[in-house]
Amino acid sequence: MSHEKRTLEFYVLAAFFTLFVLFLYGPLSAVFILSFQGPEGGLTFPLNGVSVHWFFNLFEQQAVGDFGASFKRSFTLGLMVMIVNVVVSLLAGLAFRRKFRGSTVLFYLTVASLVVPSIIISLGIGVVFQQFGLKPAWYSSAFGAHLTWTLPFGVLIMFAVFNRFSPAYEEAARDLGATSWQTFRHVVLPMIAPSLIGVGLFGFTLSYDEFARTLMTSGTYNTLPLEIYGMTTNVTTPVLYALGTVTTLFSFSIILLALAIILVMRRRQAKVV
Amino acid sequence: MAATITDEDTQIAGPAKPPITAYIGRIASRVASYLQAVPLALILGFFFLLPILMIAVVSFWDYDFAGLYPDFLTMNYTDTLGSWVTWKTYLNTLKYTAMVWGLTLLIGFWVAYFLAFHIRTTTMQMVLFLVCTVPFLTSNIIRMISWIPVLGRNGLVNTTLIEMGIIPSPIEWLLYSDFAVVLAMVHLNTLFMVTPIFNTLMRIDRSLIEAARDAGANGWQILWNVIIPLAKPGIAIGSIFVVTLVMADFSTVQVMSGGQSASVALMMKNQMSLLQYPAAAANAVVLLIVVLLMVAAILRVVDIRKEL
Repeated sequence: MSHEKRTLEFYVLAAFFTLFVLFLYGPLSAVFILSFQGPEGGLTFPLNGVSVHWFFNLFEQQAVGDFGASFKRSFTLGLMVMIVNVVVSLLAGLAFRRKFRGSTVLFYLTVASLVVPSIIISLGIGVVFQQFGLKPAWYSSAFGAHLTWTLPFGVLIMFAVFNRFSPAYEEAARDLGATSWQTFRHVVLPMIAPSLIGVGLFGFTLSYDEFARTLMTSGTYNTLPLEIYGMTTNVTTPVLYALGTVTTLFSFSIILLALAIILVMRRRQAKVV
Repeated sequence: MAATITDEDTQIAGPAKPPITAYIGRIASRVASYLQAVPLALILGFFFLLPILMIAVVSFWDYDFAGLYPDFLTMNYTDTLGSWVTWKTYLNTLKYTAMVWGLTLLIGFWVAYFLAFHIRTTTMQMVLFLVCTVPFLTSNIIRMISWIPVLGRNGLVNTTLIEMGIIPSPIEWLLYSDFAVVLAMVHLNTLFMVTPIFNTLMRIDRSLIEAARDAGANGWQILWNVIIPLAKPGIAIGSIFVVTLVMADFSTVQVMSGGQSASVALMMKNQMSLLQYPAAAANAVVLLIVVLLMVAAILRVVDIRKEL
């Protein structure tokens, strides 16, 4: 199949794929360009001069919101979710390698957590905290709400990883006299490390951008997506686009960083083998 | 006497010894499994199972502006199911779901098909797949807002069309309309279709396609009789994602319709902001049942268990 001539189907689908990529990135690039709008410019094209005025405006004290503090909250929350996501998914992945009583129930509970509408979880956690007399906050209730969304992804990824993981490597290590900890630390962990980075990336970015699950659970202080959502109704200047550009570039750099780490790990592994 | 005792001893100790260590080993590994599963179970128990049970309980409670009162009333259900606004809102939400599902399936399948069958090197496949995946990892709200300068009254589309002389005045229904809601939902959710379908297409044994071609099947017959049946599990997983996400959506509907359209989740959100938690909880229970029935229907058509 690989040496056939390109057919008409290929060109039609290639054009379709290109349109799809344009559809994905086109509007984002409009925001990116408009964030460099001149100081007198508005929310739409044409550009009224080019400036970084709105980026400076972003870091000044805002009347409508506090971008810096909410960014710090979202960033910290993302890191917390990332760490817990990696550790808990890894442990659960290891647990699911053996059948144990309740494993099926736990597995379906995990899948259900992915399927149940986010606003229902948001409402439920909000009501639980209210009825138990707990104070909802971004680091407690919103933290848990985010985990109900990121953990299923993490667990399913680890599930897929261990399904394709040959036990022969561990048996070999054990035959050579390694303890079960040594087997895990020096054999299993290096092999699944790239997937763990992936799980961490999912945890961080999904939490960093999560909105619906934070709505009823964030307490007094807003996370960044809540702040941005508030701005969509209040802000009528390109400062909104500047914020969009900054957070999107931040997300891109996190993704690139994770991909770079995965590539380096793969290359190092290939060298060892 | 002595002989029988030793005989008994060997009978007990001899064959029993390996099973005992194996037994201990099995217990240890079972305990390890439980310990490894505990964090996940605790987190999901407290932040997922308990909240849903709580919603079910609270949906029968009484409330006023000051607080919630434990009770057993069916008022919250009769109020919401007895109102034609609720039914209209459900119908509207189902309309969005059907349209977005159809469009994401159509687009997602052809994108995945192109990546799986027309891109020849694995590296290129992965690069193009990542190009599709990256926007999924950025903010939904920013991606929604990004349509405003494109579709707005003085947006890119309108100004371009006017300058080209195709239309005399701006098209009003581009932004803050059902069209905008569906467009943004497709934009946000197509990735959920592409990924699982791409995954199943990549696993299709290429010799099956060659066999079909040798047997005289043309392109459409191969697609319809070989590829699509084998891609069904991926289509089902993608459909579950898209259907549950769109059924639960409120932010896209609110932002892109400019507050002119409603969805079930948006109705719930409004009740929550008025602190009418039991009413919102009753709606949540109904919505949850509807969504779970839709998922069950998809799972009845396609068995995805072997995909997991």
